[in-house]
Amino acid sequence: MWRRRLTCLFGGEEKRVDSRTIHAGRGSSPVADAFPQQKFCDNRIVSSKYTIWNFLPKNLFEQFRRIANFYFLIIFLVQVIVDTPTSPVTSGLPLFFVITVTAIKQGYEDWLRHKADNEVNKYPVTVLEDGKRVGKESEKIKVGDVVEVLEDETFPCDLVLLQSSRDDDTCFVTTASLDGESNHKTHYTVPDTVKDVESLHATIECEQPQPDLYKFVGRMHIRRDGQETAVRSLGPENLLLKGATLKNTKKIYGVAVYTGMETKMALNYQGKSQKRSVVEKSINAFLIVYLCLLVSKAFVCTTLKYVWQNQHGQDEPWYNPKTQQERDTNLYLKMFTDFLSFMVLFNFIIPVSMYVTVEMQKFLGSFFITWDKDFFDPEVQEGALVNTSDLNEELGQVEYIFTDKTGTLTENNMEFIECCIDGFQYKNHKFLTETDGLCETDGPITITLNKAPEELEELFLRALCLCHTVQVKESQPVDEIDGVVLDQVDGFSPSPEDQCAFIASSPDEVALVKGAMTHGFTFIGSDSKSMKIRNRDNRVEVYELLHVLNFDPVRRRMSVIVKSESGEVLLFCKGADSSIFPRVRKEEVDRIRVHVERDAKEGYRTLCVAYKRLGNEDFARVDAELREARLSLHDREEKLMAVYNQVETDMILIGATAVEDRLQDRAAETMEALQGAGMKVWVLTGDKMETAKSTCYACRLFQRGTELLELTVGALGEGEGKREERLLELLLEYHKRVVHDTPPSKTGLHRTWSSPGQDYGLIVDGATLSLLLNASPDGTGSHYKNLFLKICQSCTSVLCCRMAPLQKAQIVRMVKSSKGSPITLSVGDGANDVSMILEAHVGIGIKGKEGRQAVRNSDYAIPKLKHLKKLLLVHGHLYYVRIAHLVQYFFYKNLCFILPQFLYQFYCGYSQLPLYDAAYLTMYNICFTSMPILAYSLFEQHISIDTLLDHAALYREVAKNAMLRWGPFFYWTMLGVFHGLLFFFGVYCVFSNPALLPSGQVFGNWTFGTIVFTILVFTVTIKLALDTRHWTWINHFVIWGSLAFYILFSFFWGGITWPFLEQQRLYFVFINMLSSMSAWLAIMLLIVLSLLPDVLLVALRRPRGRNTRQVLPRSPLCFPSIPHQVFQIPPVSHLHAHISSFLHASFLCISFLCPLSLFNSAVAG
Amino acid sequence: MKNQGTTNRPDNTAFDQQRLPAWQPVLSAGIVIPGFLLVGLAFIGIGVALFVTSRSIQVLENDYTGTGSSVHCSECVNPKTTPCTCQLNFSLSALFQGPVFLYYGLSNYFQNVRGYGSLRRPSSSCAPYQYDQNTTIAPCGSVANSMFNDTFTLYQLVNATRKTVPLDGKGIAWWTDYNIKFRNPPEVDGSLAAAFNGTVKPVNWPKPVYDLDPTNPANNGFLNQDFLVWMRTAALPDFWKLYRRITEGEYASGLPAGNYTLEIQYNYPVANFAGRKSVIFSNTSWMGGKNQFLGIAYLVTGSLCVVMSAVMLIVYAKFNSPDEDF
Repeated sequence: MWRRRLTCLFGGEEKRVDSRTIHAGRGSSPVADAFPQQKFCDNRIVSSKYTIWNFLPKNLFEQFRRIANFYFLIIFLVQVIVDTPTSPVTSGLPLFFVITVTAIKQGYEDWLRHKADNEVNKYPVTVLEDGKRVGKESEKIKVGDVVEVLEDETFPCDLVLLQSSRDDDTCFVTTASLDGESNHKTHYTVPDTVKDVESLHATIECEQPQPDLYKFVGRMHIRRDGQETAVRSLGPENLLLKGATLKNTKKIYGVAVYTGMETKMALNYQGKSQKRSVVEKSINAFLIVYLCLLVSKAFVCTTLKYVWQNQHGQDEPWYNPKTQQERDTNLYLKMFTDFLSFMVLFNFIIPVSMYVTVEMQKFLGSFFITWDKDFFDPEVQEGALVNTSDLNEELGQVEYIFTDKTGTLTENNMEFIECCIDGFQYKNHKFLTETDGLCETDGPITITLNKAPEELEELFLRALCLCHTVQVKESQPVDEIDGVVLDQVDGFSPSPEDQCAFIASSPDEVALVKGAMTHGFTFIGSDSKSMKIRNRDNRVEVYELLHVLNFDPVRRRMSVIVKSESGEVLLFCKGADSSIFPRVRKEEVDRIRVHVERDAKEGYRTLCVAYKRLGNEDFARVDAELREARLSLHDREEKLMAVYNQVETDMILIGATAVEDRLQDRAAETMEALQGAGMKVWVLTGDKMETAKSTCYACRLFQRGTELLELTVGALGEGEGKREERLLELLLEYHKRVVHDTPPSKTGLHRTWSSPGQDYGLIVDGATLSLLLNASPDGTGSHYKNLFLKICQSCTSVLCCRMAPLQKAQIVRMVKSSKGSPITLSVGDGANDVSMILEAHVGIGIKGKEGRQAVRNSDYAIPKLKHLKKLLLVHGHLYYVRIAHLVQYFFYKNLCFILPQFLYQFYCGYSQLPLYDAAYLTMYNICFTSMPILAYSLFEQHISIDTLLDHAALYREVAKNAMLRWGPFFYWTMLGVFHGLLFFFGVYCVFSNPALLPSGQVFGNWTFGTIVFTILVFTVTIKLALDTRHWTWINHFVIWGSLAFYILFSFFWGGITWPFLEQQRLYFVFINMLSSMSAWLAIMLLIVLSLLPDVLLVALRRPRGRNTRQVLPRSPLCFPSIPHQVFQIPPVSHLHAHISSFLHASFLCISFLCPLSLFNSAVAG
Repeated sequence: MKNQGTTNRPDNTAFDQQRLPAWQPVLSAGIVIPGFLLVGLAFIGIGVALFVTSRSIQVLENDYTGTGSSVHCSECVNPKTTPCTCQLNFSLSALFQGPVFLYYGLSNYFQNVRGYGSLRRPSSSCAPYQYDQNTTIAPCGSVANSMFNDTFTLYQLVNATRKTVPLDGKGIAWWTDYNIKFRNPPEVDGSLAAAFNGTVKPVNWPKPVYDLDPTNPANNGFLNQDFLVWMRTAALPDFWKLYRRITEGEYASGLPAGNYTLEIQYNYPVANFAGRKSVIFSNTSWMGGKNQFLGIAYLVTGSLCVVMSAVMLIVYAKFNSPDEDF
């Protein structure tokens, strides 16, 4: 262990060296000594946190880092050290329970991790050593070992692929366990290493380990006897990641480059940054208030104590002399210990148990999201996924929604609609795809009679067939793989099923390939070196694939360089119009631009296709440049980009395509509901403005009456120098129009949308945005930004098009940090949305077609956009109300618990005598009052689910943290103070004559405390009952159960002389109390009196005014008008029939074990 | 959460879908107004009963501290005059309804101070009254040590002769305190004194614990009822404690009208902490001793409820549009 650490440390040291050098086939390299020997981690994966030896100290340390536990520990220590009024047991016992339960849970989890680690570490692998195959345990693999991996095995470490059993030097892997993408990905062997794995002499230089799964830069020097050293570049396509699984390939050999904790999987294992919800911030603010309250209470009591003791005869009356020890103690020390004692006495005012309950609520509550069958999508075969339960309530607070367009608003299910070749339009009709589609001349495929020259037409279709990274899916059994490839070459005829069997990273490409197929050109397969297409004459054309200039969001285009059978070298390029037009000859642009713009307006995604012939010298130059750029270790991306940009010039535009991306199911309805709920929807897309705009119209984000304000390059004009000025002009103009013309409504931004005035929509594009955000930093920049923000905030919806992923995050950050720090939510489905998903308060991933990256990085994942409505309007709203009530209630119940104890100090000579018995002090938060609020916070539906869904505006009732602002907090605190005062002074007045029994006997101080406590328990529980709008059997059970348990416990606790108790303080106190009619009457009176204001408030709260009425009254007084037809579900017994999952059982356990304090202490701490 | 199995479809149960059948209470005006009225009326009823009962309870309280406004027992204020006996004369113009209870009251006396009862830690420690010259004190602790030791004897003056009114010292402590909670050490050879062998009396006590009541051997040791009453520490600094009951003989039905003398053996010093002592005659009812507060509180609360229901009715009649039902 220790040594491993050390080596890891060494590895860390070497990070300053930018690359690592690995000798493939360790030991057989004579040159090895020439390099300074680098040390690498071994291949042991350690995901477990603890070992047997460090479990106790480490686990305790981790646990006490949590504020709640630490606070408890401090209190406990004070109780142990200082002579305090309550025994250390009162805080020690709950602490012990919480710590033990957590430790057991974490220990068990860690044991499972150990087991899993062992399974991985001991997994048998085969390593080539000196040309022999040697079996080893996985953890023994060293960097530089050549490892053999068989089909369906997972890679034991990060390997550079050397040899594959497949003929085309590729292998297929799935990375399902890494990023959830289950499609097969192709990886390529390093050229020239194939033949001689056993006798390989090579050195690999590659970058130091880094967590990015999709990045790898390296270089391989291959030495052969008598030959010059060959250098080959290594990229991510050569790297097989640990955790991925080999598919469709019999076996491969690879050299280990990263091992153990330095593999990309292990580096990615680290958790994401924690997002904290607003509620938590509120809790902390309240906590500080209560902490101040606690300290000031203790301070007041200490001061008064010494003032009081200064009076004659009060310090040490004869009947209560001090002990010698007390006399000897220094006055200031005594004052200090008194202060601590008061702190301990009042420490229950800080609801430490709340933290545990809140966590419990969040954890258990989030299951309702995963369980919701409305989130189940039959297409994806999955429901919602909750990655963090910390943010449940944040879903009810969203003010801004940032949504991606493709795949989120739209289905990302592309369909080839039409194309335009050399200015002539070719419509594509769906039904025609069934025909052979060989020639469109004899079918109605073309609507227009005019056609482009056939030569151009075919060139265009070839471009579509070649310029992509689509693969043909091999659905046949693996054994026949080689045969299948041959079959395809031999004129394998496509059946309808095979038409769908394309795999690509982007659905656009599939749509284009399929589109080409309907026009007679079929792509039938590719390997790393060639592509095969079948042309209209049913002849297979084989193109040698020379280079793929990959797509990236900055260039917004991709190209391939191929060599046709005739030896012609062609470059095909496709990309967004804005990135193609500047790179082609001007005269062709205009003819096609018309089509592109018209198509974009209709909401289609358009791509332009261009080509270029490369002469032999041209190609040789390009080829060299590309290879050089690929080989460079540093700044490879930049260099590649430069070369790409250089190559993709002077092309000839041949045509454009239009692909339709249909709107998601009920996208418009969802957007409308979200806007109705007061949320502002911003669309952030990389797509073209026209396309995005039409999607916005289709989603009803822009209405017909919406006045659109454009802040785009087009609106700014072309002139370079004046753009900033023009921008400022526009900003000022828009600002004047939007902000000043609308009546200054002070009602808050969220209402402006409903004002009868003009709706505004804003359109910004990426270029303008970067101009805005990166404007000169000399003050005007922030001025721009402010103006822009103000305009944005007054607009109904904002459309940001042509966004780079980072710009999306930039926008989110800008809104997030604007005034009032609104809660933001990002929805997206693709890798380009990850940055904004991580940036926003809540990140939602759509389980779409663009892989699983968004889902992996999101806080919640849902299958479809339409689920967002229920997630926010129902779950978010309910969770917010639940947790807000939980928090307020916790503070309230502890305030009125401790206030009487504080007041009692004035009547007991400030001597820190607790009012309540130790058992009551301990059990109050653990058993007597914890379960009802937990049940409430899990099951409450103050408004039924259906009503919430139907009336989106209800969401606005809880907007802006409405229930946790200082107003409600003040109300609850006042309520707690009122109750506390009433409890204490009510009983105080009753005790003006302590002879409360008909027998003339008197009650003592413990009866006093017990009466107060009884009133307290009943009042806070009934108060919760009054607030409960939704009584399931569980609520009934825990509310009445808690009260019954209190009574039973009191009988029991006071009915037996407990051998472990020094004094039987409460012996028969409770029962004697019950034999006094006055006590009964006092209890009844004070409960009713303290709840009277609440009942009155509830009864008098009458909604008046237009908003609340249309919104449907929350006030119970008008509830009968809402039909609650929800509850026709079959009765409770069904539940019992269905205790299948563990969680059901645990839920029931909570209810049934309620009286058993064990679980409760875990809950309530 | 890992997705398990082939189908990930969530279970369609009422529990999972948060659609458990539920009762949704509606606090409509139709319920609240009559409810308030009913509660108010009930409370007024209880209040009247309490008030009437409380008024009927007779209380006769006499301060005998001897200092300040108190005229009684001023001769005994000087602590040097021990033992000191003083007289307290009073007359009853009408029958004092029985059973009559005799209480003593102390004020500004903090029995509820932490450390007074053995709440000091370690709780087994009775310091500073644990040992007297290395011998264990029984009963130990400050409370026991400071046990109230004034004694009262009541005489009725009948034709200038003093007739003793019998005072019953039984049943003044809680039954459970006497019978279960407190136990004497097992008697040795039938002698309680022997059982306390090896212990000494508390410092302030004139006599040892097994000799507290010479008249009744069963009322000695830890089971002395006065001791038990004292040990049940009072809740507030001004308190009463039950001293005797008048339940026997001709006085069982009460103290008849006439002149009485209470002879007080004045032992207990209260002057140095500005405390006051008093002696109280009181009878009780089903609600215990006299307590005006409860009755008044009930009446006020009850009337509040009634008034509020009226106000609400007016509010609803006025502001509710007729087409809206509630």
